[in-house]
Amino acid sequence: MHPFQYQRAESAEQAVAAVAPNPAATFIAGGTSHVDLMKEDVHRPALLVDVSALPLREISAFEGGLRIGAGVSNTAAAYHADVQRRYPAVSEALLAGASMQIRNMATMAGNPLQRTRCPYFRDPTQACNKRQPGSGCAAIGGYNHVHALFGASAACIATHPSDLAVALSALDARVQTLGPRGPRTIAFPELHRLPGDTPHLDTVLAHGELITSIDLLAFTGRSHYLKVRERASYAYALVSCAVALEMSGGKLQRVRVALGGVAHKPWRLPAVEAMLAEQPPSEKLFRAAAQAAFADARPLKHNAYKVPMGRDLLVRALLETSGLRPLQGPAGTAFAASVGGVAGQLAAPR
Amino acid sequence: MPATGKPLDRVDGRLKVTGAARYTAEWDVPGLVYGAVVDSSIAHGTVQAIDVAAARNAPGVLAVLTHENAPRLQPLPDKVGETQFRGEGGITETRQPLQSAAIEYAGQPLAVVVADTYERARHAATLVRVTYAGQAPQLAMATASRKTLPETFLGNNKEKLQVTVGNPEAALAAAPVRLEAVYESAITHHNPLELLATIARWEKRDGADFLTLYDTTRALEVLQEVMATSLALPKESVHVICPFIGGAFGAKGWLYAPPLLTAMAARVVGRPVKIEWRRQDMFAVAGQRAATRQTLTLGATRDGRITALRHDTLTHSSQSSGFTEPCARVSRMLYAVPNMSFAHQLAHLHLPSPCPMRGPGETVGGWALECAIDELAAKLNLDPVELRLRNYAEKNPETGKPWSSKHLRECYARGRQLIGWDARNPQPRSMREGTQLIGYGMATTMYPAGRREAKARATLFADGRALVQSATHELGNGAYTVFRQISADALALPVERVRFELGDSSLPSAPTTGGSTTTATVGPAAQAAAQAVLEALKSLAGRDPASPLHGAAPEAIEAREGRLVLKSSPATGEEYGAILRRTKLPSLVATDGAKPGEEREKYSFYSFGAVFAQVRVDEASGTLRVARLCGVYDVGRLMNPKTAHSQIIGGMAMGLGATLMEATHYDARTGRAVVRNLADYHVPSMADTPDMQVEWLGIPDPHISELGARGIGEIGCVGTAAAITNAVFHATGRRLRSLPLTPDKLVNS
Repeated sequence: MHPFQYQRAESAEQAVAAVAPNPAATFIAGGTSHVDLMKEDVHRPALLVDVSALPLREISAFEGGLRIGAGVSNTAAAYHADVQRRYPAVSEALLAGASMQIRNMATMAGNPLQRTRCPYFRDPTQACNKRQPGSGCAAIGGYNHVHALFGASAACIATHPSDLAVALSALDARVQTLGPRGPRTIAFPELHRLPGDTPHLDTVLAHGELITSIDLLAFTGRSHYLKVRERASYAYALVSCAVALEMSGGKLQRVRVALGGVAHKPWRLPAVEAMLAEQPPSEKLFRAAAQAAFADARPLKHNAYKVPMGRDLLVRALLETSGLRPLQGPAGTAFAASVGGVAGQLAAPR
Repeated sequence: MPATGKPLDRVDGRLKVTGAARYTAEWDVPGLVYGAVVDSSIAHGTVQAIDVAAARNAPGVLAVLTHENAPRLQPLPDKVGETQFRGEGGITETRQPLQSAAIEYAGQPLAVVVADTYERARHAATLVRVTYAGQAPQLAMATASRKTLPETFLGNNKEKLQVTVGNPEAALAAAPVRLEAVYESAITHHNPLELLATIARWEKRDGADFLTLYDTTRALEVLQEVMATSLALPKESVHVICPFIGGAFGAKGWLYAPPLLTAMAARVVGRPVKIEWRRQDMFAVAGQRAATRQTLTLGATRDGRITALRHDTLTHSSQSSGFTEPCARVSRMLYAVPNMSFAHQLAHLHLPSPCPMRGPGETVGGWALECAIDELAAKLNLDPVELRLRNYAEKNPETGKPWSSKHLRECYARGRQLIGWDARNPQPRSMREGTQLIGYGMATTMYPAGRREAKARATLFADGRALVQSATHELGNGAYTVFRQISADALALPVERVRFELGDSSLPSAPTTGGSTTTATVGPAAQAAAQAVLEALKSLAGRDPASPLHGAAPEAIEAREGRLVLKSSPATGEEYGAILRRTKLPSLVATDGAKPGEEREKYSFYSFGAVFAQVRVDEASGTLRVARLCGVYDVGRLMNPKTAHSQIIGGMAMGLGATLMEATHYDARTGRAVVRNLADYHVPSMADTPDMQVEWLGIPDPHISELGARGIGEIGCVGTAAAITNAVFHATGRRLRSLPLTPDKLVNS
């Protein structure tokens, strides 16, 4: 760990003013990912500006939707009655991630800003353009089991690990920020970047730009999140899928789909969304959509398994969200989201 | 009512859950300073230059040790006790730390930075700049240039690694049914909750160097000897202390760079030094279960008599360790097969050294064997349990010796009842629920029932309490509890009045805790010491004119409920404490020991069991969940059913982890462990572990010792992998022959 200074911000403005002019300063909130990376010598901030005491911890009604303060804990958001009822994909994504202890600490703005689980990023002795621009990418020729199928570059094949981000992308949430040049609104699907030749930049946020809230827009349709992982709890997604859809007269109206675990950002599928709109839902249609969704996947040496896994997951998520197949657990819970369920039960409750 | 056999709560449970139990890194040693280790980023080559100037000048830094300035160490001994250290088949990495510029694996310690705080030491460690002269590392078993055929496991002539019994080639050629299959298992790491740690303190005693070590070790005396040899000290000048270990599972016994580095650093700075390793270091310096590639070849008659069995293993070690995963341990004894051969080939790679891990050989070797047996059953269209019964070994097939005690048939019978074996549809891929395939599988499990020599000291106090001590270890297994129970019975005292102490090399000698031998080894020693102190007390009473037992010969006196009484007249007697108080003795002490005898030559000592699993597989996503695990065990007499149950379900959970998820990948180019944290290296969560139904037969082993008790630390881990893998076959009709069974291997492609 590198020596660093610490200060606690009294207001969002003060926090931004402290970080913006200092390239070696960062915000810290729950710290569940950031502190690990500091201990691993990956993050080496000289100044930590603690934003966890800022008054950004409310969930409130907002323009027919919900405004979730940046500092709301993952636990508080996941179990909030309006979130669970109106945006079950958000609760499912949160509760299918991390552990209770981590969710208690982690915040709603921090979660989508967590760094990749690419193991080479976490080993300072290995080449990583995300950690050290220009040093190369050890993952491309290395053990790339958890890496990207879509949108990767010659500089980086990392995936984004946040479950929450996938649900927020499918729901077209909005991110409110306060930056050195004042407040702005970012559409969630635009928050994260593809790696290109600047993989050290995960998002479009400027240095010193602080997320103040995440807004869920008015939505009366159904949403759902599904996740495949290597153990039944406390594991990052191999592949995940969030669906938000509205139905009318037995037909799908608008359908929004995002995949997780397959790209440097939540991977929205606009062509698939267009293909599904105004169609009567059916397994056949969904299978065709899944074929199309993965048509341009570019598997690496160790991650080709994600293609059949992802196709099936997409079909399953569409079937379950559109009601053609029951959820495998109560909506808004980890049991709905975790493919395979937990050990001990013979089969998921129907 | 004896205390043994009762489900006593852990006597150290409260200490542990309240944080009062003192683990190695927690000792408060005055003047303590802190070491941080710089490790190698390459797997093969040399350190061309190591620039420590920036680290040396960083705030709080007291010293930087590298191969250029570290104290010189003597070579490790060839053997310690009966255990071969050096050479092929030996147990440890013989490379001593910081003695040369050579690099043999990534993660090898290259420097130790000592500073006044942990944080300053860690920061300064990041300032050390190493220039390497790298060479291409050898990282694949198949293409390794240095492959050997070790003769024995750890130098034990009773465990040869290249063995032929009968004529397997001819028997295979003649067999009407043959089966050959290759099984591969991944590298796994012990990853105990408690990290490796050492505190080293040097002082002068009578003008000579004396070293006190607090170390996370389950091998107090071996470590004492290793430190003495390496540092050229008399053994008596090394004192090792470790009253609590936060899990070991095979680690923390046989690799010595951590304590040696700490002792060297403490010598250089002239102050006590602590090095507590980080989780990521555990993937380099703490040992591992090596990967294996095992070929099983079976010949059988059409009615299911196995006539030939070959088990050929390719595994790996480091450049300077000959440790060889002994994969044939189960194959060589489990079935009545007249013709067998076992071979172990060892590839020396530029990877960290392996060491034993819970069920060394048994866990992955038994997995391969028991999967092959399942495959043979399918080929013969026989029930898997029936095939095992047809080849039931009434005596050890390799040595011809009778078993000390074996009741495996009862384990099979009870296990199939518990899981509902006979109600399943035996046809593979025939059982379904929703999107999930359901499967049942089973496997035999075993573990050698070892026993060694140990000593103990028993002290009776004038207040009626007692203390029994032995230099054994508490790994989290319940040693404090079980030995208190055994001691209390042997002293004829209630458990509340007896304490048991361990974890200190100055206590009477006990061996390394490993190989599931500790109950069978230290239990009889505690009994012997208790007996000895009671004999001394009898003499004292008999000689004391004021005692109601005055004049009685020791043979005429017996201990009963804290009193010495006349056998002929139990009402005549007095409490232990009364004798001591009257004779003005604060305490009475006796040391004695116990060791196995010729029974070890007459009988073959093993525990047995049968494990049954029910799984559900979602092929579309590749997810596998274990719905149920049932195990029935023949492990002798149980000292404490509660701690026994915990140990066995813990073993089963660990076996489940090795089956479903545990794997360490080393980068194929650099040899560095790719994943080095417990978020991405998966061990089972609670959601992965079903209720585990565990039963035991409770039949004492009449030959192992008077206690009739065997160790049970590992048997729960063995057998679980094959039961689950065979259940996956039954569910899906697919044979998966590569551990772990992760979703990428299971998913429909």
